[in-house]
Amino acid sequence: MKYSIDENGFYGRFGGAYVPEMLYPNVEELRQNYLKIMYEPAFQEELQGLLKDYVGRPTPLYFAKRLSEKYNTRIYLKREDLNHTGAHKINNTMGQILLAKRLGKKRIIAETGAGQHGVATATVCALMGLECIVYMGEVDIERQAPNVARMKMLGATVVPAISGSRTLKDATNEAIRDWISNPEDTYYIIGSVVGPHPYPDMVARFQAVISEEMMAQLQEKEGRDYPDFVVACVGGGSNAAGAFYHYLDRPEVKLVAVEAAGLGVDSGESAATSVLGKEGVIHGSRTLLMQTEDGQVVEPYSISAGLDYPGVGPLHAHLHQSGRAIFKSITDEEALQAVLELTQLEGIIPALESAHALAALDRIGAKPDEVVVLNLSGRGDKDLATYLKRFHFDGE
Amino acid sequence: MENRIKTLFAEKQQGLLSVYFTAGFPNLNDTVPIILELEKNGVDLIEVGMPFSDPLADGPTIQQSSDIALKNGMTIPKLFEQLQDIRKHTQIPLVLMGYLNPVMQYGVERFCQKAKEIGIDGVILPDLPLSDYVREFKGIFEENGLSKIFLVTPQTPEQRIREIDSHTNGFVYMVSSASTTGSTTGKAVANTDYFDRVAKMGLRNPGLIGFGIHNKDTFGQACNHAKGAIIGSAFIKALSQEGDLKQNISSFIQSLRN
Repeated sequence: MKYSIDENGFYGRFGGAYVPEMLYPNVEELRQNYLKIMYEPAFQEELQGLLKDYVGRPTPLYFAKRLSEKYNTRIYLKREDLNHTGAHKINNTMGQILLAKRLGKKRIIAETGAGQHGVATATVCALMGLECIVYMGEVDIERQAPNVARMKMLGATVVPAISGSRTLKDATNEAIRDWISNPEDTYYIIGSVVGPHPYPDMVARFQAVISEEMMAQLQEKEGRDYPDFVVACVGGGSNAAGAFYHYLDRPEVKLVAVEAAGLGVDSGESAATSVLGKEGVIHGSRTLLMQTEDGQVVEPYSISAGLDYPGVGPLHAHLHQSGRAIFKSITDEEALQAVLELTQLEGIIPALESAHALAALDRIGAKPDEVVVLNLSGRGDKDLATYLKRFHFDGE
Repeated sequence: MENRIKTLFAEKQQGLLSVYFTAGFPNLNDTVPIILELEKNGVDLIEVGMPFSDPLADGPTIQQSSDIALKNGMTIPKLFEQLQDIRKHTQIPLVLMGYLNPVMQYGVERFCQKAKEIGIDGVILPDLPLSDYVREFKGIFEENGLSKIFLVTPQTPEQRIREIDSHTNGFVYMVSSASTTGSTTGKAVANTDYFDRVAKMGLRNPGLIGFGIHNKDTFGQACNHAKGAIIGSAFIKALSQEGDLKQNISSFIQSLRN
């Protein structure tokens, strides 16, 4: 496959495992074992069983009639928002927790931005009876309070990251530092297609269930197993990686990755990495990175905690550089409008992250008879406080 | 010119003291005064830290010093400018230590050439893995006479330690225990089995123990198991104290040896 990793863990120029020697044994253990373990029949049987009966998969592929009328094309929503815990994140955490158990690990750590990955990790840890520590930026702890409460109820310890911009990047730094200090009993469940090889590839494989189901569902509804467009939001890029996965080598499918422009790409308050980033190394991987001329990481901004990240997974850097995917950026304001629109046209309150993908629907150039699948990666419950405030439903 | 790290280890067999500080901390232009004062106080080797916004392997002390140094305006070009004439004043071995990304943006080849021109002896980039170094950069470092120093840890398998030893030519940086920099729990010197295991391997390169070495006791114990030890965070803390820079340096270094 043209868009899969090479033997050193690179997608074209991007990827690799730029980790301090302290992490080498852990990353190497995972590299040597992940494919072997995740394709064992017993592993797959356990994972598929849990995805079906616990997570609630397959998620529906819903034809959004009124949204389609509005944009004059045929729009399907892949309903990842209907997964247990409210987003696609649990596809990955369920896979990784089973892997961690087979590697004999006792203690689970994770980073989280919006808190969806933290909740999904805390959930599978509760299910498996494993200790769980989640690192979360102090800023995100404030803006995603419901998810913090859920993690605590699930028995996880939530540790605030108080360095830098106190968001996802810093939470990831702290999780990596924890892993350095606990190299033997601890497993790090990374929540996106970022980090050192093999994480980007492993997380993409666990999320690939999204496009695998899309193929079967489209076959049934449209008589062919592919759409003309797949649209997904990208922070680190795990839901997009899963939605794109089985279509990467099928040029008839246009892939659209939607980033957070924040207050505007040129405003200085943005997280649109494909526009603002250049090649660099962050969190163990060579990728596109928002940075100063001197190579210091720039603190990103987005209203959406899940997209507020200065890098992007190396797969997406490669898709961008090779031209395989089209990248769009959507501002805070445009995303908020898309939230209201979907809520009022289809009765679905989306997460702020997914709303960025929705807001890009009018700029992908889809024709009336073309088929668009939009990956609705999460539901909006966690963002209600923001919505109440921004839409003035709180009586003010 | 012979690499000064090699000369140092040829001349001195034990009790070597290597000190790390973050360039640009506490003040932007303290770099050269700190180097000269460390030499005056009998330090054997100096690691000059190039601050980075996201130092993954570092604990809070070095993180904070890096933040302050960056706010003060420290950059790689600025550091090179400060060190331009350093060899007119001192022949102490100098190692630049930092993370890969700022060096990549400066350009690895340009960085090595400039380092050679100034008279730098070695470079430590903890997040540049051995395989990538060998594949992409080893030639450049060697052409410029720079020792590329690698870390080993208690979890590093013997075969990999030997591989690292075969690709480096300064010293082996023995990370004392599983932790980021700046731990003061004392577990830094508890892992004597590991120190002795590495000592018995008969490596080409001498070893220095670092991470968590913070006072006379831990320095002395580390020196019993290797050629010497590296102190970073504890020195940064000493620099953070009120009072005269020279006085702070001198009292801290003297406290380690007396």
